[in-house]
Amino acid sequence: MTLFPRVTSPHGHAPQRTDQVMLRVLLATLPGLVALTWNFGWGTLINIVLASATATACEAGVMALRKRPVRFYLSDLSALVTAVLLGLALPPLAPWWLVLMGVAFAIVIAKQFYGGLGYNPFNPAMVGYVVLLISFPIEMTTWITPRELLPEGVSLPGLWQSLQLVLPLPAPTDLAVDAFTGATPLDSFKHNTGLLTEQFYQQTPLFSEAELAGFGWEWVNLGFLAGGGWLLYQRIFTWHAPAAMLAAITLLSGIFYDGGSSTSAGSPLMHLLSGATMLGAFFIITDPVTSATSNLGRLIYGAGIGILVFVIRVWGNYPDAVAFAVLLMNFAAPLIDNYTVPRTYGHARAKRATVKKD
Amino acid sequence: MSEINYREISSNGLWNNNPALVQLLGLCPLLAVTGSVVNALGLGLATLLVLTGSNMAVSLIRRQVTEAVRIPAFVMIIATFTTCTELLMKAYTFELYQILGIFIPLIVTNCTILGRAEAFASKHGVLASGLDGLMMGLGFGIVLLVIGAIREVLGHGTLFADMQLLFGPGATNWKLHLYGDGQGLLVAVLPPGAFIVTGLLIALKHVIDKRIAGRRAARKAAPVKGARRVRTTGVIG
Repeated sequence: MTLFPRVTSPHGHAPQRTDQVMLRVLLATLPGLVALTWNFGWGTLINIVLASATATACEAGVMALRKRPVRFYLSDLSALVTAVLLGLALPPLAPWWLVLMGVAFAIVIAKQFYGGLGYNPFNPAMVGYVVLLISFPIEMTTWITPRELLPEGVSLPGLWQSLQLVLPLPAPTDLAVDAFTGATPLDSFKHNTGLLTEQFYQQTPLFSEAELAGFGWEWVNLGFLAGGGWLLYQRIFTWHAPAAMLAAITLLSGIFYDGGSSTSAGSPLMHLLSGATMLGAFFIITDPVTSATSNLGRLIYGAGIGILVFVIRVWGNYPDAVAFAVLLMNFAAPLIDNYTVPRTYGHARAKRATVKKD
Repeated sequence: MSEINYREISSNGLWNNNPALVQLLGLCPLLAVTGSVVNALGLGLATLLVLTGSNMAVSLIRRQVTEAVRIPAFVMIIATFTTCTELLMKAYTFELYQILGIFIPLIVTNCTILGRAEAFASKHGVLASGLDGLMMGLGFGIVLLVIGAIREVLGHGTLFADMQLLFGPGATNWKLHLYGDGQGLLVAVLPPGAFIVTGLLIALKHVIDKRIAGRRAARKAAPVKGARRVRTTGVIG
């Protein structure tokens, strides 16, 4: 008789449980992770394993201290997502204590001290990253030369050698660490003094061997772009923030490209496919907790991050700036929300969320 | 003024109404110079001196200065004591004076000092005001020291480094080397570290206060022996 069961609205029942969303985010990092591992060796995988273990332990510890159900909160996988994102962002073959310290800071101070998932005003992974970056600048900027650009006779360390480098084990004897460490494309471009962009690209193997932008890094970024596209298709987040961020970077780098002169700020392709641009655009700034809420708000939020990334990259002291830009716009997100309250259907023009009363 | 409770003045300054952790006054120097124990101690002592002196002086003139001009008068007094302290530091601990730099003259603008002058010293006798200044200064100084120690240990891996700046050459070997080669968690000695450590200390004080209050409540709630419940609703026959 009840062919069409009568139920009240809402009729859409998208089963977006937190753990399912988080699981899809984890899956979506795979293409980027594969690209990172292919180009830079086992380091990133080791980072992720270390980070995940630390994050789980920290989350469980704090939950036990707060007398909350440990298993319930661990099974929402949010700590794991923070750990994996931080593990992807950290340089491969970073020492174990660096990973531990960053993840512990992210989970305990940036997330749990503010009240746990949903209450943290700042993106935990980025807080951990920034704390490490300003505390240990040398360890945090020691990157690896992509596999195929290594000089003759030098190869990336194998799994056991990598573990020896990362963990407090006796260092491998048959390995010269300096041989396979190198600058990132953004870093080397920042130190370009006085060459025309074209000349600089020809002289630097990182660029001259590449298809689109920095060698190796282009594939890492394309991998994250693919993962992000899949998440977008899965409707984990809306297109507004990533599109605004990428558009802002493209626009600004287009304006300041300067025809490739000696003071050029770099081509749009370089800025889009280098550093943490795509990881940031699809995995960091789409965090529903720390970003703006409305669609218009997300456009402003994303564009702000894009502008800040470009400004800090070009005129700041650091080669990459996604973490700083995200944290700065995290500050601004509540203010953006206040001014971008959407109009409720059938109601007059939207008002500010908080109105000043004298 | 009726009975003055010296015990209460002391506990207010040191804990209950601590200028740094409860009133949140004087945060600018608190955050800026607590990178190491010696800096914290230097500024703590200077503030203690100014606070005690200005409190007593303000208390002395409280009946002569009218309501309308009291703030400028207080500031003049505080500035005088600050200048004295500054000259003293220049004479005896010149290097530390150079390290602390602008924060010694800036003691004039430390809200704790003007706050105590206005809230306490202008209403109480000399002795009580002096004690209040001393205890508030001590409370502020201890918090400075704790923050300085935490930040020095985390940031440099040392404790009590450079104490000779304050205690003469004999203190050179007070330095404790805990770990590392002078390069620790750099963020601890940078401004964010100051905010984080201060925030954690404030939280810690809340936790301790809550524990104490909980224990006190538990003690009070114990039922009195021989007490009976009395029925207060319905028809009482």
